[in-house]
Amino acid sequence: MKLQKITLISFGYFDHDFLQNIAKKIHDEFFITAQVKEAYFDLSDFYDPARRQYDANQLLHYIEKNYSADDAKTIGLFNVDLFIPIFTYIFGQAFLNGRTGIASAYRLSNERYGIDADAELMQERFAKEIIHELGHTFGLKHCHVSDCIMRSGTYVEDIDQKNSGFCQTCNDNLLI
Amino acid sequence: MSKKISILIVDDEDSVRDSLFNWFIEDGYHVECAENAKIALSKIELDYFDIILADIKMPGMDGMELLRRIKSLKNESIVIIMTAFATVDTAVQALKDGAFDYITKPFDPDDLSHLIRNASKQILLKQENEILKDRVVTLENVEDIIGNSEAMKKVLRDVESVSQSNSSIIITGESGTGKELIAKAIHSNSSRKYFPLVSVHCGALTESLLESELFGHEKGAFTGAMYNRKGRFEMADNGTIFLDEIATVSPKMQVELLRVLETKAFVRVGGNKEINSDFRVICATNRNLKQMVEEGIFREDLYYRLNVVNIHVPPLRERSGDIPLLTEYFIKKYCTSMNKPSIPIDSSAIKRLEEFDFPGNIRELENMIERAIVIGNGKKITLKDLPLAKNIINTSGESLYEQEKVHILQILNKYDWNISNSAKALKVDRVTLYNKIKKYDLKSSDKNKEK
Repeated sequence: MKLQKITLISFGYFDHDFLQNIAKKIHDEFFITAQVKEAYFDLSDFYDPARRQYDANQLLHYIEKNYSADDAKTIGLFNVDLFIPIFTYIFGQAFLNGRTGIASAYRLSNERYGIDADAELMQERFAKEIIHELGHTFGLKHCHVSDCIMRSGTYVEDIDQKNSGFCQTCNDNLLI
Repeated sequence: MSKKISILIVDDEDSVRDSLFNWFIEDGYHVECAENAKIALSKIELDYFDIILADIKMPGMDGMELLRRIKSLKNESIVIIMTAFATVDTAVQALKDGAFDYITKPFDPDDLSHLIRNASKQILLKQENEILKDRVVTLENVEDIIGNSEAMKKVLRDVESVSQSNSSIIITGESGTGKELIAKAIHSNSSRKYFPLVSVHCGALTESLLESELFGHEKGAFTGAMYNRKGRFEMADNGTIFLDEIATVSPKMQVELLRVLETKAFVRVGGNKEINSDFRVICATNRNLKQMVEEGIFREDLYYRLNVVNIHVPPLRERSGDIPLLTEYFIKKYCTSMNKPSIPIDSSAIKRLEEFDFPGNIRELENMIERAIVIGNGKKITLKDLPLAKNIINTSGESLYEQEKVHILQILNKYDWNISNSAKALKVDRVTLYNKIKKYDLKSSDKNKEK
């Protein structure tokens, strides 16, 4: 089935313009319209009191089951601290060549690291993180090109060092 | 990266296996999972994994026992131990048992990436090392010793049969026949191949220099001996010492050599401590040692000590059938080193090379080809690029008929078979030259020019 759209579903509080700007960046990258939606469910079911973080694996499966559709790539947007059992934290994750991903803005803000807030940088980082997860849903693995958006990034500084687009190889391999 | 690095994840928790599986798949690795140590061992028996990530706490066999089992199988996989309950004792024990590293769950994502990157680097270095070792052996065995002639085949058979023994060898043959190459091939086919092959050119050193070179010296042993220095026999410990031009060694050194060969022990010049070294001796000479023994120039006892096995390398003129192969090899070698595309050689040039006497043997042929590539037009090596003329006069007989034939051919080649210019140089008219060409059945080396 030909893919028609990308859906961004906000499950946290995000400013309307903030999300629209991100949707535009995504459109510029994939040439597919990114639709922005808002939804709500009780996140406390995904909270791990021992780690004081939210279980990203369970969230990803929940979004896949309840919000994803075959004709779209769906990315759940959160503003909570995500973890998977093996890692101390993650910025987001997605099903490789699947239809669902999640991304969190929680660890992307400057204030989290004791630096002055920078709304524009924050928006840039979140857009890059969402494009990275969408890349996985379109079949891309991590890339070794230093400024490609599909390079694995484990610190927020890594995200800043990346471009907001794909390298030539990743671009050629996108399964759109 | 030549091949995808493979990773086996061994953990009883589904979520850990799934998370790691997804993480590594996204990074482009080949990943498999096992939910316990038993399944892991059965997978390891079937497949080789570059990296094994094993949890310590698992029902049944734990990760530490799995690590010990993997190591007892002489498996070269890199094992990384994971645990949620880190203690210094278990970490130390894991490393003592051969684990590459130890990581505590949950990991910082960057720590895991860093760890896998380091492990991958080690794997690639190991692979590269193996490839280079193979290449070194191949270099000595296959590429550098060229010859399809019966004479050379016999030499190579001899090399193969004596390599595995520890016997002393004398390699005889004219200068430039490749005696050192044969010594290298013997060394690199022997069990001593990963230890040094130490070469000493006895003829290039005076008696006192040779003594200090072979046995080493202590600081202050003679003027200029500022430091202690190991000798070549000491350097060749576990390896092979190659004594080239052994016939040039003085009578005094012959006595010293005999003693060292018999006891495998010596004292450095100016020293008093006996040093033992386990080496194999290969000698080479272009002289007739037996005759030198008869003349009393070379010690008989040393001769018999060295001459356990004799390998005679035939001169190039006795195996002219190898010349096309050798020529092709040298063209390839020098074109590669000069960054030039490989160039062909004219068939008449090859034919002439096969007829050539080559008093300098392979070294002379090699120099000739190198020169031809440097000075030639870069498209084809022709007869005029090869300095063969002088030798042809020597080998073509002493009759006036032969001399005239060769001289005319030389002049024709010099002037690219331009009849007018050649006739002018020979101070004869064109008709006379045509008649001579017909009489001696002379043909141009380049068919195009013939037309």
